[in-house]
Amino acid sequence: METMLKTGKLTKTFGGLTAVSDLSIEIGKGEIVGLIGPNGAGKTTAFNLITGVYKPTSGSIEYKGRNIAGMKPHRITKLGTARTFQNIRLFKNMTVLENVLVAHHFRMGTNLAEAVLRLPSYLSKEKATREEAMKLLDSVGLAAAAGEPSTSLPYGKQRRLEIARALATDPKLLLLDEPAAGMNPQESHDLMDFILKIRDDFGLTILLIEHHMQVVMGVCSRMYVLDYGITIAHGNPADIRKDPKVIEAYLGVDVC
Amino acid sequence: MKSPLAKIADRRVLDASLVAVLLAGFFVADSFLDPFAMQIFKLCAINIILALSLNLLNGFTGLFSLGHAGFMSIGAFSCALLTMTAAQKQMNFFLKPIEPWLMNVTIPFLPALIISGLIAAFAGFLIGAPALRLRDDYLAIATLGFSEIIRVVFTNLQTVTNGSLGLKGLPRFTTMWWAWGVAAAVTVLMVSLVRSSYGRAFKAIRDNEIAAEAMGINVFRMKLLSFVISAFIAGIGGALLAHHLTTIDPKQFQFLKTFDVLLIVVLGGIGSISGSIIAAIVVTIMMEALRFLDGPLNLIFIQTEGTPGIRMVVFSVLLMAVILFRQQGLMGQKELSWDLLSKAGLLPRFKAKE
Repeated sequence: METMLKTGKLTKTFGGLTAVSDLSIEIGKGEIVGLIGPNGAGKTTAFNLITGVYKPTSGSIEYKGRNIAGMKPHRITKLGTARTFQNIRLFKNMTVLENVLVAHHFRMGTNLAEAVLRLPSYLSKEKATREEAMKLLDSVGLAAAAGEPSTSLPYGKQRRLEIARALATDPKLLLLDEPAAGMNPQESHDLMDFILKIRDDFGLTILLIEHHMQVVMGVCSRMYVLDYGITIAHGNPADIRKDPKVIEAYLGVDVC
Repeated sequence: MKSPLAKIADRRVLDASLVAVLLAGFFVADSFLDPFAMQIFKLCAINIILALSLNLLNGFTGLFSLGHAGFMSIGAFSCALLTMTAAQKQMNFFLKPIEPWLMNVTIPFLPALIISGLIAAFAGFLIGAPALRLRDDYLAIATLGFSEIIRVVFTNLQTVTNGSLGLKGLPRFTTMWWAWGVAAAVTVLMVSLVRSSYGRAFKAIRDNEIAAEAMGINVFRMKLLSFVISAFIAGIGGALLAHHLTTIDPKQFQFLKTFDVLLIVVLGGIGSISGSIIAAIVVTIMMEALRFLDGPLNLIFIQTEGTPGIRMVVFSVLLMAVILFRQQGLMGQKELSWDLLSKAGLLPRFKAKE
């Protein structure tokens, strides 16, 4: 199996605080891998390192065998890694369709002159992009809301739009940061089906941060458990569920 | 019942008739406006150009820049030096002679206009490359500092700008057709820019920089692009202003000049092209119409003997009122369009039916 993402002893410190320490994960093509742990365990920091928002203090990050540590976020996206955000970060003053179109910009291969002068070469690219974006919105069930302001969508659909927008960058590796946050049981159940569906439809490899255990256990084949930046466990859902260190991290140790 | 506007289905018919009406209006204005009114009318167009260029930064890319006077100044002096004849230059530079290589440069207005825009754009690139690493207020302070530096440098470049004496007797190139023609061109280019993929990228950066970067947008490059385009347009605006006033000196382009343009952008709506256009016209006319306030006033109880600058108080009050009660300005981020007009016209009829 081809390795999509591999981090080696990835460490990030903020002053005296070590947010992520010696994180070594490896994800093969087509896998759905979970990254779990209590609040403040360093999961989102790990995402920010992998997507270039932060520069690692030490350690390596390899995407398809290529070192991407310290690269700018937009370059990492261009190589094929997309992400969603824990706190939804949609483009608020833009429509649903425009949110997706933004993610197409770097792939349109247009230049400023042809765009401003509305040359036929630009207009045909714009048309093709719009069609592609509509197709994508249709496949995630948001086509009917294409012209609506993105903030008018209900919460669950905003999360879905975030995923659609990430898919529009044509990723091979998708990082989902708490996609089920704030969802009711029905919505999170739909989300599980949705994650499996996009994995197959778009040929994705997925790394997932999630607190919602049902979702994680349901879709992930393997998972890494972080606590205070340290990887305390790694394995398949059944093993993780029984691991005493994981139980201790989540439930606290009996001190009596 | 439909409103008459909605019946005309084809927007192109509306567009064409609007252009025809405007053109006719310009011909009427050209032959009937007295010289003073014509001055104001041309100034409206120049202010539209300047407001649009600032709105591209503040409204569409979300960059709070206060350096516009600097770019205008660069455009104004570049264009003046490029178009003045050797004899005119000789008359101006009586304290210290002009740099010899500038003496005999005299080119027609259109290339001079474009070159001065390009020089301003290049200055935009030089200041933008380091300054755009800053955000929000820090960017505003850095760009404000830049425009003051330009002013001080121009005041001391005696052999290029004639220092604080400035340049007088510039050819009066900015006719009504030039001013409004350039304003129309800038408007059209701006509309197609913000509607293009680049415009979407600008707006994405404004709305959420981190997400924009995660969508593969090279945020720094896009900001720099927006900054350079804005500087280019501001330079052209400054050049038109120079040949409208026919007298320029570095002191004209101090911070207050940027504030005038910022006032228009904020009143019109940050992120609205039509808002900027309407506000530019209204503010420019009001600046003149309220000039009587600067003269002696007799308000029965209070009598003043004429205090220059009182009319600016009106604008300060207006700005405060907008900030307090209508922060989005006149248009917000909306654009005046046929759709918006017909929606506004149809709405009461729909309600009456229910």
